[in-house]
Amino acid sequence: MPKTFSKTNPARELVFGDLWEFDPAPETADPKLKKRYDLFINGSFVPPRAEQYFATINPAHETKIADIALADASDVDVACKAAQKAFTGVWGKMPGKERGKYLYRIARLLQDHAREFAIAETLDGGKPIKESRDFDIPMAAAHFFYHAGWADKLEHLAPGRQVAPHGVVGQVIPWNFPLLMLAWKIAPALAAGNCVVLKPAETTSITALKFGEICQEAGLPNGVVNIVSGATETGAAVIQHPLTMKVAFTGSTEVGKSIMRSLAGTDKKLTMELGGKAANIVFDDAPLDQAVEGIVNGIFFNQGHVCCAGSRLLVQESIADEVLAKLKRRIAVLRVGDPMDKNTDLGAINSREQLTKITELVKSGVMEGAEKYDTGCKLPAKGFFFRPTIFTNVSMSHRIAREEIFGPVLGILTFRTPEEAVEKANNTPYGLSAGVWTDKGSRILKMSTLLKAGVVWANTYNKFDPTSPFGGYKESGFGREGGKQGLLEYLKVA
Amino acid sequence: MTRLLITKTPKCYVGGAFIRSESGRVAPLHDASGAFFANIPQCTRKDLRNAVEAAAKAGPGWAKRSAFNRGQILYRLAEMMEARSGELTEAVALGGTSKAEASREVAASIERVVHYAGWTDKYEQILGSVNPVASTHFNFTVTEPMGIIGVIAPDDSPLLALVSLILPAITSGNCVVALASSTQPYPSILLGEMLATSDLPGGVVNLLTGLRSEMLPTFATHEHLRALSVAVNAADRKTLKLGAAESVKRVNLLKAEEPIDWFSDKRQGVEEIRALIEFKTTWHPVGA
Repeated sequence: MPKTFSKTNPARELVFGDLWEFDPAPETADPKLKKRYDLFINGSFVPPRAEQYFATINPAHETKIADIALADASDVDVACKAAQKAFTGVWGKMPGKERGKYLYRIARLLQDHAREFAIAETLDGGKPIKESRDFDIPMAAAHFFYHAGWADKLEHLAPGRQVAPHGVVGQVIPWNFPLLMLAWKIAPALAAGNCVVLKPAETTSITALKFGEICQEAGLPNGVVNIVSGATETGAAVIQHPLTMKVAFTGSTEVGKSIMRSLAGTDKKLTMELGGKAANIVFDDAPLDQAVEGIVNGIFFNQGHVCCAGSRLLVQESIADEVLAKLKRRIAVLRVGDPMDKNTDLGAINSREQLTKITELVKSGVMEGAEKYDTGCKLPAKGFFFRPTIFTNVSMSHRIAREEIFGPVLGILTFRTPEEAVEKANNTPYGLSAGVWTDKGSRILKMSTLLKAGVVWANTYNKFDPTSPFGGYKESGFGREGGKQGLLEYLKVA
Repeated sequence: MTRLLITKTPKCYVGGAFIRSESGRVAPLHDASGAFFANIPQCTRKDLRNAVEAAAKAGPGWAKRSAFNRGQILYRLAEMMEARSGELTEAVALGGTSKAEASREVAASIERVVHYAGWTDKYEQILGSVNPVASTHFNFTVTEPMGIIGVIAPDDSPLLALVSLILPAITSGNCVVALASSTQPYPSILLGEMLATSDLPGGVVNLLTGLRSEMLPTFATHEHLRALSVAVNAADRKTLKLGAAESVKRVNLLKAEEPIDWFSDKRQGVEEIRALIEFKTTWHPVGA
């Protein structure tokens, strides 16, 4: 049997040159956006007390979409008090099966409005419509549906012990999966019987505030969910408010540490879902074409704005050239551009600030001696875009191998033995996730045991499920989200 | 002529060996009547760092022991304690509690060890899970020990509190560096001798004596301590949390200023084990 690939006999590929192009396939449904979004407090949309608003823009065009209310400490105070009142008056004493029915309603309503939410998410955040439509929104609804069923079964979570909700939970979420992160936070909190004050990320508030409309439509009692949009100070007010007994944060490790410091003098219970620098490890017996798809999905999904992104590719030395060649061919056909186009693979970078950070880290990679490759594809004239980029000749000491880039930038390292792969994979302060590609089931289990990471994907990457606990080791945070382990974080155990 | 008794020089149990503080410092310990009893090592931050190193060496081996084996070793510890329970009672009573009360504390401590000996091969089935994901993956969550756990015992219940903090940590394969009660350290000296004869590998539990105030900042910031399980006052909790933030260390803090009923069955169990483990979720492909 001739080998299908060697250096002298490369695999054949389809070369079309510029013979044909995709026609634009824009998504055109109406996202039903408002010109101005107020705070969602105690069941109503209310203007911020200081009457301050900020603009949210479409990162693909740099055009303004809407004005978003900027909550200050006094608005947050009102929200926390509303949540406390809802907790003691209604939600905390409601039988679990009734609470569950509200969550089921929310799940169904999110499904009803799925397309509208997907478009809003893409317009506001820049992610490709195919991802918001096929991943973010359905998965957000799935989280509510999953947790709905837990609401009347909480006693099964801690056998032999009594469980009780914390009361008011303060939650601060990032901009990479705006509605999905909201669902990861709010669904378990409500199922457990808590009330919520949630602060969405500054650049992606729209779907969170639209979620307020869903709460209204579901008839959720006033104050059970409160959404306070704003900036860093708003988030600080939420987590530091004396009424928030539990704080759940998803974001960077740097901010996570500062939150931990700021709450050191309190008894608040914390969960932290922080940064990552995941290794995606490809062994020489891996199904390579599948692995290449996984590498692409691992780092270019959501423009690489993923805390568990497979940003360090570890390839066994014997297949490194072959994998690199296949990878280059694959990324050559990735489509970068209008997030609203159904064929787009990589949409817009979420903000100018993030684009600057990615650009700066990529520069450092070049300066430190790594070899940069990108496809040179055309980028739209306006908006924040970055080409899918891969670095070879990366060493473990390079900044691009140590720091979270949070963009479509992959660093490639090689290894010879499984031990070396484990050593390199674990040589980071982070420990959120890892990928393993091999044909051997026993090797998957062994590698999974040795990798210091909270989630290990074998022959797949960036898979999520409401039933599957997600969260990190080491400086990637503590606590889990999803599954029974995640839900228990929202309960006091006595 | 009466025979002159041989008094024991108290030593700390670190890395499977009996050591005095690297500083050479000791602090005199008096019994409840005020009479001199012995000189207790006054360990330093350097001793703490050495103990962490010893724990790091022992860690991987202990975590790899089978659950059944860990259970037998913990049960052996209970056997060692039972055999010397009279001596332990004397040690607990040194601080002024009645013999009856001291004896009750020793009995409860032994029961606690037996309780955790029984958990080693069971907690995984309670805490772990197979997760019914929507894709064709065998998705499962298992527990793993966090690594090295820093334990700081409160002054009261010098044996029972120490045992209650250490046992849930080592049950799941963690190693421990513990600081004993600052005012009643002697029971920990005896516990070290029992650990040494229990088949527990050296370095899995390391027991230090000394001043809490001196060692607290190092407990807070030492990056190789992956979690803290302590009972301390409010100011110390804040110090520990501030230090813990630097390396996102897990903290499990009990309030020493409030009464803690160490005898209660609520102070033991799978929840205490859960506080000191990590969850790892694996997505394993299903296919031919």
